[in-house]
Amino acid sequence: MIYTLVESIRLALGSLRSNMLRSLLTTLGIVIGISTVIAIISVITGLNRAFSDELSAIGSNVIYVQKFHWAKNDWSLTRKWKDIGFEEVEAIRNNSRLVDKAAPSFAATRRIKNGRRAIDDVMIFGRGKGDQEIRGATPAAGRLLVRNDFDSNRNVVLIGWDVAEKLFPYESPVGKPISVGGVRMQVVGVLDKRGSIFGSNLDVTVTMPIGTFMKYFGRKRMMTIAVLPREGVDNQEVIDELRGILRRVRKVPFGQPDNFAINKIDVLQDLYKKLTGGLYAAMFGVGTISLVVGGIGIMNIMLVSVTERTKEIGIRKALGARPRAILLQFLVEAVVLSCLGGAIGTALGFGIAALVDAVSPVPASVRPWSIAVGLGFSAGVGLIFGVVPARRAAAKNPIECLRFE
Amino acid sequence: MSLLRCVDLGKTYDLGAQKLEVLKDVNLSIEPGEYVAIMGPSGSGKSTLMNILGCLDTPTTGRYELDGEQVAGMNENQLADVRNRKIGFVFQTFNLLPRQSARANVELPLVYSGVPASKRHHLAEEALKAVGLEGRTRHRPNELSGGERQRVAVARALINHPSIILADEPTGNLDTKTSIEIMKLLGDLHRDKNTIILVTHEHDIAEYAHRIVRLRDGVIESDTPGMGKT
Repeated sequence: MIYTLVESIRLALGSLRSNMLRSLLTTLGIVIGISTVIAIISVITGLNRAFSDELSAIGSNVIYVQKFHWAKNDWSLTRKWKDIGFEEVEAIRNNSRLVDKAAPSFAATRRIKNGRRAIDDVMIFGRGKGDQEIRGATPAAGRLLVRNDFDSNRNVVLIGWDVAEKLFPYESPVGKPISVGGVRMQVVGVLDKRGSIFGSNLDVTVTMPIGTFMKYFGRKRMMTIAVLPREGVDNQEVIDELRGILRRVRKVPFGQPDNFAINKIDVLQDLYKKLTGGLYAAMFGVGTISLVVGGIGIMNIMLVSVTERTKEIGIRKALGARPRAILLQFLVEAVVLSCLGGAIGTALGFGIAALVDAVSPVPASVRPWSIAVGLGFSAGVGLIFGVVPARRAAAKNPIECLRFE
Repeated sequence: MSLLRCVDLGKTYDLGAQKLEVLKDVNLSIEPGEYVAIMGPSGSGKSTLMNILGCLDTPTTGRYELDGEQVAGMNENQLADVRNRKIGFVFQTFNLLPRQSARANVELPLVYSGVPASKRHHLAEEALKAVGLEGRTRHRPNELSGGERQRVAVARALINHPSIILADEPTGNLDTKTSIEIMKLLGDLHRDKNTIILVTHEHDIAEYAHRIVRLRDGVIESDTPGMGKT
């Protein structure tokens, strides 16, 4: 048995080599299927990794009170809602038993400049007192904002890591002036590197006291209230309490839906799961379809091969090959053919993943175990679609085969 | 005891509306070391008889014993094993695998009896040497002459030390000179105590056999001593 298996593999390789072009064309479906699966697995594992890195960059237990929900929004309704304001911040601070800190912040985008160096569309944040503690901001150079900065609405800013690198490539920015949307500000600190999330760079930012922000960039903006629950308090309890407080201060009548949103990182996680779920489904679809098409291609070419080699089957049978040996020979040939496609597909999939990683912001990380997945799947396809032709070969009558010309 | 014994052997093909009786009550015994020619015009049933003797086909009636084994009623696997161990085929059209070397072709029966590769190579080279092809082991069939191809086929038939060598029109595709060479080779095998059954419709080829069985319309018409020409 083992000899016939080794012999079958040898024969299969010989037969594929003598029909090189035909074999390669036959495996095209498998190549496409396997490379799709490998590429998408690589992209998803890459995304997973990047995502968990990104999540740890944002404080994961911080709750954000905003007008808009991060994932689901009915804009026609949301638009009419009252803006979130300082009234809500005060209400939370004064009435909550479960909240440790709550701080408002505003955001805008502006052009920033240091002499001739400039960056467009930088996220400008005006942060309230306590916000730095809630977000766990840490300075890489200089200092954070202090009480006096907030109380006197001073023109001082913290800049993100990448801003410091771009605007001050050769010197320390601490103590230097920059222009933020045409207003002169003094840099007092550089924030630690935080990476990016969903393609937005968290290191291209300028942070200033909220009073300063309102003085120069207006007060009628969308406020975010960052809320840090007390240590050891259940998240859902905090959210329930916040809802009660906010409904009261915003005078939402009983039975009416909330006119505000409470966002948490979980919302992003759910959104992410939906996104990758879609990718998985697409992979499953494309992969399955191409593997089936590829399998049919293999079955087809194996049927042709069985007919072409009728004489050979007759000779082998006359010389003592049992039906099983013939079955094995053609089955192994189908599997080898399919695995050839699988190997090419795996290599191609790795190539695509590397290319995606190199030229797009989507990270892709190639996993060695996906080689096993690729070859395993293709071997399975060969086995499944090779059975029919192989059985046909094995069942042939030796006399008729020998007469076949 | 006979090496090969057919008792009331019959073969009928069921063609739906009619039944075609190709062999009727064939009784034939062949002793070890005999050299028998089976002759007959086309349609006489000699191909069918040869297929049954070669265990490629089974009779519908009667018994066929080969080397003490009852062949009629065997399943496909058993028939394959009997063909592998007991029968050496030499065909009119050589029936070599075109993409394989002479040595690989000769090895083929050993592959199916499970002989390891290194031993196979050695035995096949010995067998090719015995038929005078020691320099040709790596050649493919299309690089060999007709006579050389048939020698490869003879070497393949001998490789498993079969009980009988079954030669079906072995010279049918060869010129006269090469035919004589091949018939001399079969004669040599006979002298080495091999049992040979030769199926032919040519009288000058049948002359090499020591016994001639003539078939006509599915029955044995005559069973006479041959010339045993060498």
